[in-house]
Amino acid sequence: MYPYIQNTPDDVKKMLEAIGIDSVDYLFSDIPENVRLNRELDLKPSMSEMEIERYMTDLSKKNMTINNLTCFLGAGAYDHYIPSVVKHITSRSEFYTSYTPYQAEISQGTLQYIFEYQTLICNLTGMDVANASLYDGGTAIAEAAFMSANITRRNQILVSKTVNPQYRQVLKTYGHLHNFEIIEVGEEDGVTNLDELKKLVTDKTASVIVQSPNFFGIIEDLKAIEEIVHNQKKTLLITSVDPISLGILKTPGSLGVDIVVGEGQSLGISLQYGGPYLGFIAVNKAHMRKLPGRLVGQTVDINGERAFVLTLQAREQHIRREKATSNICSNQGVNTLAAAVYLVALGKKGLREVAIRTTQNSHYAYREMIKSGKYKPLFHKPFFKEFAVTSNIEPDAINKKLLDENILGGYALGKDYPQYKNGILYAVTEKRTKAEIDKLISVLEGII
Amino acid sequence: MKILKDLYYTKDHEWLRVEGDEAYIGLTDYAQDSLGDIVYVELPEVDDEFNKEDAFSAVESVKAASDVYMPVDGRIVEVNESLLDEPNLLNEDPYKNWIVKIEIADKSQLEELMTSDEYEQYLEEV
Repeated sequence: MYPYIQNTPDDVKKMLEAIGIDSVDYLFSDIPENVRLNRELDLKPSMSEMEIERYMTDLSKKNMTINNLTCFLGAGAYDHYIPSVVKHITSRSEFYTSYTPYQAEISQGTLQYIFEYQTLICNLTGMDVANASLYDGGTAIAEAAFMSANITRRNQILVSKTVNPQYRQVLKTYGHLHNFEIIEVGEEDGVTNLDELKKLVTDKTASVIVQSPNFFGIIEDLKAIEEIVHNQKKTLLITSVDPISLGILKTPGSLGVDIVVGEGQSLGISLQYGGPYLGFIAVNKAHMRKLPGRLVGQTVDINGERAFVLTLQAREQHIRREKATSNICSNQGVNTLAAAVYLVALGKKGLREVAIRTTQNSHYAYREMIKSGKYKPLFHKPFFKEFAVTSNIEPDAINKKLLDENILGGYALGKDYPQYKNGILYAVTEKRTKAEIDKLISVLEGII
Repeated sequence: MKILKDLYYTKDHEWLRVEGDEAYIGLTDYAQDSLGDIVYVELPEVDDEFNKEDAFSAVESVKAASDVYMPVDGRIVEVNESLLDEPNLLNEDPYKNWIVKIEIADKSQLEELMTSDEYEQYLEEV
């Protein structure tokens, strides 16, 4: 078999001649010398297809995935069970190859599943309108902040320190060129410090961003937060939620949240090395014209049959240009479909079961872990699927010991929260068996 | 295209009817005709303050959206809420159906606006 070669030396020579330069290196002259590799890549000149396949397979075996590890890691990405129907439907070629609709109305199938996804997100969050999705949980927070600034004509954003640190980072990046004044609200015993929040919310505040369950897994007192925020006439409350938790928790809509956002990875999307994931955003009717991104609506065609259209497009940049609500003109196509299939496959009852079993598992793990006193709870608040403990041993040492036993340990909190230097955040989903949890505890007990 | 006497006009096709220290602001007949069927009007809130040329409202038709700009500096004293339910009032009678009523901050700015004759001439050029 002849090996695949992109460009022969002759091809390269001809192309260089055509553009009038004498070396490929010249094309990289804009890249500073000190950041260049300055040597050839360490690759063998040529391998047969069979050799390369064997080589790559061996290489891939070095990767550890949740298929060969027991996962107790969370902190924003979760190992929930994915029903196999999700894979079978999303991998159908009609769906798999369809990107966000540009020739929209000709793609009725795509519009229909996006409309169904939007409807499911509305039902889940208790809001009126959801868009066709955003990139991920972090950018969804940033887009919600844009919305709040746009609606209130203010630029101060308050964000709780219990919001995922990566999301706060994304918010800062997005907010930089919008001249946002981003103020972080302190945390006390793992939840947003309400006294501090009360002092910080003023008539300059566009929105307050909280997360519930928050980064530590704890359920925030949204009712109290909502009262503080809406004491200011215009200020909006943005809440990032774990969609699985909504199987048992009150909807953010019923608690008076103005903009609900979140990471949808838990809804039938595999961990896939950190992305692509799925951001969702939902609002009430009053704010729908400020929503970013694509929005699918239901209508009737010329024969009176149900049909779908992209709607309220005047918000978007192909019409509104620089005045658009956002520069996003895409959505998370196949992940949106996965979330829709997941939610439909489980149904209201199924999602509730997942949420209940997740809670039971995490609380069992928590009780067992703190039993001997070697690991102490970091906080004393109601939590959903994650909890934090601390000990006198460094998290890296603990996680190395766990990895030796094929267990993927928790998230070391010290990097983002120096005050919790030895703190570890464990996530326990419905997938974990009692035996797996018991093994985690016994390995942990053996370390100290 | 209908143009009323006694109103001030802007290059962005807003009109302004002065009553003492206050003024009503709306869209001209030319503007509503160019936009086509108006389906949504976004209104500011009472007491919002704007500078001349700030966008204080947005008007959306089936395939276009356009901002409405302040002809002069001022503070919103009243908004025409009937436009929220019936945005097409702007198509039906753009001069009767004002968008906002403002308190003018500096009446000398009125001199920078066009008279009806000047606006008529301006329309011939655009």
